Amino acid sequence: MKVIVIKYNAGNIHSVVHALRRLGLEAQVTDDKEKIQTADKVIFPGVGEASSTMAYLKQHRLDELIVNLKQPVLGICIGLQLMCRHSQEGNVDCLGIFDTCVKRFEPQQAGIKIPQMGWNTIHNLQSPLFSPDMENRYVYYVHSYYAESCAQTIATTEYMHPYSAALHRDNFYALQFHPEKSSELGEQILSNFLNIER
Amino acid sequence: MLAKRIIPCLDVKDGQTVKGVHFVNFRQAGDPVELGEAYSKQGADELVYLDITASFEGRKTFTDLVRKVAARISIPFTVGGGIHELADIDRLLNAGADKVSINTAALLKPQLIDEIARNFGSQMCVVAIDAKLEEDGKWRCYINGGRKPLDRELLEWALEAQDRGAGEILFTSMSHDGVKTGYPNEALAMLADKLSIPVIASGGAGNMEHFRDAFVLGKADAALAASVFHFGEIKIPDLKAYLKKEGVIVREQ
Repeated sequence: MKVIVIKYNAGNIHSVVHALRRLGLEAQVTDDKEKIQTADKVIFPGVGEASSTMAYLKQHRLDELIVNLKQPVLGICIGLQLMCRHSQEGNVDCLGIFDTCVKRFEPQQAGIKIPQMGWNTIHNLQSPLFSPDMENRYVYYVHSYYAESCAQTIATTEYMHPYSAALHRDNFYALQFHPEKSSELGEQILSNFLNIER
Repeated sequence: MLAKRIIPCLDVKDGQTVKGVHFVNFRQAGDPVELGEAYSKQGADELVYLDITASFEGRKTFTDLVRKVAARISIPFTVGGGIHELADIDRLLNAGADKVSINTAALLKPQLIDEIARNFGSQMCVVAIDAKLEEDGKWRCYINGGRKPLDRELLEWALEAQDRGAGEILFTSMSHDGVKTGYPNEALAMLADKLSIPVIASGGAGNMEHFRDAFVLGKADAALAASVFHFGEIKIPDLKAYLKKEGVIVREQ
């Protein structure tokens, strides 16, 4: 199986490569359009700022490429946010794969920390990424912005209010949390993604 | 609900884990990769690796270690020690670290925090502060592994670090570190109330009640400890079961 990790100007894209390696899979990190288009699975990971990463994608015409992919695609963290319609971070229009907007967490009281950093639980799980025994279990998050819940939400987490922990439409999947840093549970979710048939 | 984090800290010298008592007199405590993996399996929420060797050779060994940890461990880990400039951070993040912790370099050159936040993002940047409660009742910041006092006060420096783009504050009380009498809960609560970024309590854990107090009284987001874990005095599953019983939200595997 050929797994491609899209190379762009976001940070920490290598941690997902390490996680795949722990699953016995050697992924290729590249921005080569043909390689991305012919891959069996495409992963769109990273941490970073929405408007600058979106500008980079446009400049390298990776935006059109991503929305037209037909194989299973998995966005992670900023990857999920860029796959939404719009982000408040830098007030930027994103790829529009998911019909929802990305907003900043606004603490209503003292003591609520931004970013949300650490382990939180996932609920209302749907799609082949998850199995019923994963309900209420912990995954690792680092983020200051979140995607609002919508019809394409396939998992929710609560931080001040519920939001999209994961999204799905057609061949596109996305996770706000970091499966590559979420211990055995995260590896199971990655493995479930790799097992999705085209 | 977001869980409170338990973070074992591994001090590494020449590729081996050591633990200092009051920052001197080191004792050996095992292979850092295996130890980290064991903690991860027991339910540690994150790991911190601190490079306490200063030499060029030692730093190279540490980078190799970071690479090995990244290849084996599936929870987040922070690395610190001997970081002076962006090139050091780039090297460690490329080797697979999730976050870097800076201490002396940040106090001597605060704009380093801005640079890290701008180049890699705030979430990568942990600012570690070693401070000591002085006789005048003020918390004074120290650099160079606790050897040199500076004319900076804990809260004032923590707020500046936050404004410059720190993602977390890791506060070690030198008055409490290594003596196992508990974390400095009043100072922690003061930091937690004034800061909008997470606070990691470090230094002083001797028993499970100390962890509870750091979370309940100190309002810390995470608690870091070393020797109580390394020498098996506290087992992480027991600690989490205890904290849960005490009403603290912790991650169960």
